[in-house]
Amino acid sequence: MVEVPIPKEKWTGKIGTTIIGATAEDGGTRGKKVVIGGETGMPFLSFEGSIVNRPAIAGEVIDTLRDYPLLARKAFGDAVEDPVQWSKAWVEKYGVDLICLKLQSTNPEEENKSPQEAAETVRKVLAAVPVPLVVYGCGHEEKDAKTMEAVSNIGAKERLLLGHAEESAYKSIAAASMANNHALIAFSNLDINLAKQINILLTDFGVKKENIVADPLMASLGMGLEYSYSVNERIRLAALMGDSMLQVPMVCDTTIAWKAREATEENDKLGDVDVRAAWWEATTALAALVSGADMLIMRSPKAVEIVKKALHELLGGD
Amino acid sequence: MSCSEVIEVPTAMEIFKLLPKKNCGECKFPTCLAFAMQLANQKAKLEDCPYVSDQAKATLAASAAPPIRLVKIGTGSNAIEVGDETELYRHEKKFFHPTAYALIISDSSSDDEIKAKVEKAHSLRFERVGQLLKMDMIGIKNDSGNAERFAAVAEKVSKMTDLPMILVSDKPDAMKLAASKIAAKVPLLHGANLSNAEAMAAVAKETKCPLVVYEDTSLNQLADLVAKVKTAGVEDIVLDFGAKTLKDLIEKSTIIRKISVKKIFRGLGYPIFVYAGEGERAILRGLISTMKYGSIVAFDDIDPATALPLYVLRQNIYTDPQVPIQVKPDLYAINNPNEKSPLLFTTNFSLTYFTVVGDIEKSKIPVWLQVIDTEGLSVMTAFAAGKLTPEMVAKALEASGAKNKSKRGEIIIPGMVARMSSKLQELTGLKVIVGPKESSGLPKLLKSLE
Ligand code: B12
Ligand code: SF4
Repeated sequence: MVEVPIPKEKWTGKIGTTIIGATAEDGGTRGKKVVIGGETGMPFLSFEGSIVNRPAIAGEVIDTLRDYPLLARKAFGDAVEDPVQWSKAWVEKYGVDLICLKLQSTNPEEENKSPQEAAETVRKVLAAVPVPLVVYGCGHEEKDAKTMEAVSNIGAKERLLLGHAEESAYKSIAAASMANNHALIAFSNLDINLAKQINILLTDFGVKKENIVADPLMASLGMGLEYSYSVNERIRLAALMGDSMLQVPMVCDTTIAWKAREATEENDKLGDVDVRAAWWEATTALAALVSGADMLIMRSPKAVEIVKKALHELLGGD
Repeated sequence: MSCSEVIEVPTAMEIFKLLPKKNCGECKFPTCLAFAMQLANQKAKLEDCPYVSDQAKATLAASAAPPIRLVKIGTGSNAIEVGDETELYRHEKKFFHPTAYALIISDSSSDDEIKAKVEKAHSLRFERVGQLLKMDMIGIKNDSGNAERFAAVAEKVSKMTDLPMILVSDKPDAMKLAASKIAAKVPLLHGANLSNAEAMAAVAKETKCPLVVYEDTSLNQLADLVAKVKTAGVEDIVLDFGAKTLKDLIEKSTIIRKISVKKIFRGLGYPIFVYAGEGERAILRGLISTMKYGSIVAFDDIDPATALPLYVLRQNIYTDPQVPIQVKPDLYAINNPNEKSPLLFTTNFSLTYFTVVGDIEKSKIPVWLQVIDTEGLSVMTAFAAGKLTPEMVAKALEASGAKNKSKRGEIIIPGMVARMSSKLQELTGLKVIVGPKESSGLPKLLKSLE
């Protein structure tokens, strides 16, 4: 019989791992910690020996519903009114690995909640659910500096994943993460060189590589997904080929899929809108995973369910 | 069969060994070695040497063949071409032949069901950023086990559609009857397997139709079967390795693509067919195959709400990484404008242009739309990259004579580039109206201006 060769690459590089969450033995209160990264090959190719840790899924929780689409609320009902109830629904009903808490209410141009109020929300969510937390500010540079400092302190022993540092603003958030040994998201704008640059800046500043998770900006299906897909692949390939400054796990925020109008518009020709929106996000998520994501931040429980099924099969289940 | 199937890309030295070594110069290169070096770099053609032996020709032709065979299915403008890919990752160059999607109809369905399914296949199409996204093929499956019924349904459906067809049966007699009825449409025959390979290959050869080779135990078995079918004289082959799970699907597809494009192994250099089935699992198979090297994906059923994301994924993945999908920069007349109609501008990125035009058309209000050449970048991306400046807008307006078409003395600009207002006003003398950040807000603004 013909012997078909298995084209196993001899990669010299390996993706580092990052731990999120701390259990009692590390002084925290999480029921379980989440470990991401560690690949030694391109995604889902077991013949390259690549799958170490199952990619993790974080459920999105926002502390204001200002920009949250009505369509997305359906799955949670009134729970979205309260970050604690919302987080519990994610964990208890939909089995996510982490909660991603976005503290948008701190935006000085909108609700302008104080850093203390925001930190209090973090404390409540930590008390209500056993999973590790990802925490974002509102995107306003000066305010986030204060908010994230307060968050860092209130979750001191919990090893949060803090979002995010970018080239133009990284020092205060890096300091907030270093102060209490939290992990940190290094954001860059759809460009492999920028992805490397922010990691260099952070490590020069003193952040340890095992504390960094890269966010190369996932563009939505139909809104530039192809750019993200290829940037992610290039980052992962470069890392495996030995570029140590790119050897960190990757997170992709697929809630951006809800910004694509085709995903959420009512239009009979395009089929059921609930189904379509869920698949729009699930498709974006699948493209993120296949191109290298180790962790997803997701909005739709239905999309989470689809992605979990896909992961189950991709990792060898049937 | 032995490892003689494994052919590495020939080096100049290897080619040189096969040449006549006359150094006569008739190939327009001074020596055989110089010619060999040009051949290795694909800068010369073997035919240029009049003295190469047939054996050398055969050896070199085999290694010069495209890594994945181009297979054509159907005829006319709807014909499908799959295969002929050269890359593992799209950023290395691009992916050339988009995954084709097929809807499968059972020949044990009633005539009404068959008609409805054909109509469904035709209705699963959407216009998006100037491209038509559609179901590309219709397949007929021989569930009835009856050759006459199979042939009758194939013939009937072939009259109802212009789409290329697939015939699915493992019975050579049924396949022969059906294929002979619609051979002029060059359907894809699915297919040959371990027990029917010779007879199926004969049908494919006789009807000159491409043939799927199906074998789900291992790629080794599949390669053996492919070699057998090839020996029987069939060249246009499509592979079906009968993926059982998504893991199986992504791994085997990757192995086949990689060994083919890297020319590590030539026996599986053919397009891949995936039977997806129906339901959520089928969509997942479709999505994975679209990203990872599937050429044809067949569904038993699919709905618009899941077909659209699937089609859009294909459109994204198969976009040329060097060239964003763009429209011609120009002054566009929308909804029959006149001198009193407002003037707006946007960029020539297709996604931007069609989103904006869609919103304007919804409002039914006539406008002049100046499309700026931003090399296919969106508003914000172009602005951030310095490819959408007030100077460029002013110049484009001048060149198109827009100010003579719309005589309101105003221009509406995208809300995202409010920062260019005063400069643009200064350069054009037009009053600048800052529009909404998202063009979905345009109808409201346009109405307020009426
Ligand atoms: C995909 C993408 C890219 C792709 C390019 C895609 C393309 N062909 O344009 C790539 C990867 C190449 C890219 C590169 C860059 N990008 Co970019 N990119 C994006 C992304 C993810 C989506 C853009 C998109 O397609 N939007 C969809 C289209 C339809 O939007 P649009 O053109 O703006 O049109 C809307 C509105 O403007 C409005 N509108 C349009 N026309 C009109 C007309 C009128 C009259 C009105 C009223 C309204 C209106 O309606 C439309 C629909 O809502 C965005 C982030 C995001 N999620 O938005 C960043 C983004 C636009 N990019 C950004 C940047 C900074 C860049 C880079 C400079 C950085 C880099 N990475 O190097 C480069 C520059 C490119 C270069 N040098 O060539 C920034 C811009 C920041 C800023 N505020 O200036 C953004 C916002 C990301 C961010 N959050 O930082 N990018
Ligand atoms: S024509 Fe053929 S034989 Fe003559 S130099 Fe060229 S390669 Fe050699």
